Amino acid sequence: MSRIVEGPLSLERAVAAVSDDHHGAVATFSGVVRASSHGKRVHRLDYEAYAPMAERTMATILATIERELPSVKLYAEHRIGSLGVGELAVVVAAGAPHRRDALLACDRAIEAIKAELPIWKREHTDGGAEWVRCEVHTKSNDG
Amino acid sequence: MTCTVLLFAAARDRAGSDSLTVELPSGATASELVSACVAAAPGLSSLAPSLRVAMDQALVGHDALVRDGAELALLPPVSGG
Repeated sequence: MSRIVEGPLSLERAVAAVSDDHHGAVATFSGVVRASSHGKRVHRLDYEAYAPMAERTMATILATIERELPSVKLYAEHRIGSLGVGELAVVVAAGAPHRRDALLACDRAIEAIKAELPIWKREHTDGGAEWVRCEVHTKSNDG
Repeated sequence: MTCTVLLFAAARDRAGSDSLTVELPSGATASELVSACVAAAPGLSSLAPSLRVAMDQALVGHDALVRDGAELALLPPVSGG
């Protein structure tokens, strides 16, 4: 299950969503707003989503991984709006009977979320505000 | 056909609006949709090579035919997480 959320995220809510008596492993990922970016001090990040497409894309990502790793149950939330340093921007939880599938599913989910979700962040630093270019695109444009 | 195109993030800022309305011939492609948007909002031109087109909330290739009545959006490179 997945959500695009305007209020604070909860890692506990994510863990609870994938926990059951048969899951001996729960792997989680928390994406947190950093205080610096490329040497500049970050004051806050504004996240914007094409919300209905982001919800749909996230649901597809999680369902695809759950189909590839049938023992895994996944949950993810991505926050939108204005976030301060230290706040959670994204959480992923993967529950499974054993650790290998839980860790693998969590890793695949966050990588796909970052690459595919129609969500954009604007960095507010000492140097002003600008939309962040995703690393994958920067690399492919450079290469 | 008359198409309304949603704009997000840097695309919205460059165009100065969160949507554009453009006129396209039937059979137009996603690539032609981007060109029509740049003509309507020249501020988009430097961003245009990196824009992707979403039709009914799914990414489509530049050769995809624009369907009359579809929900259209221009997406800059994503940066979530």
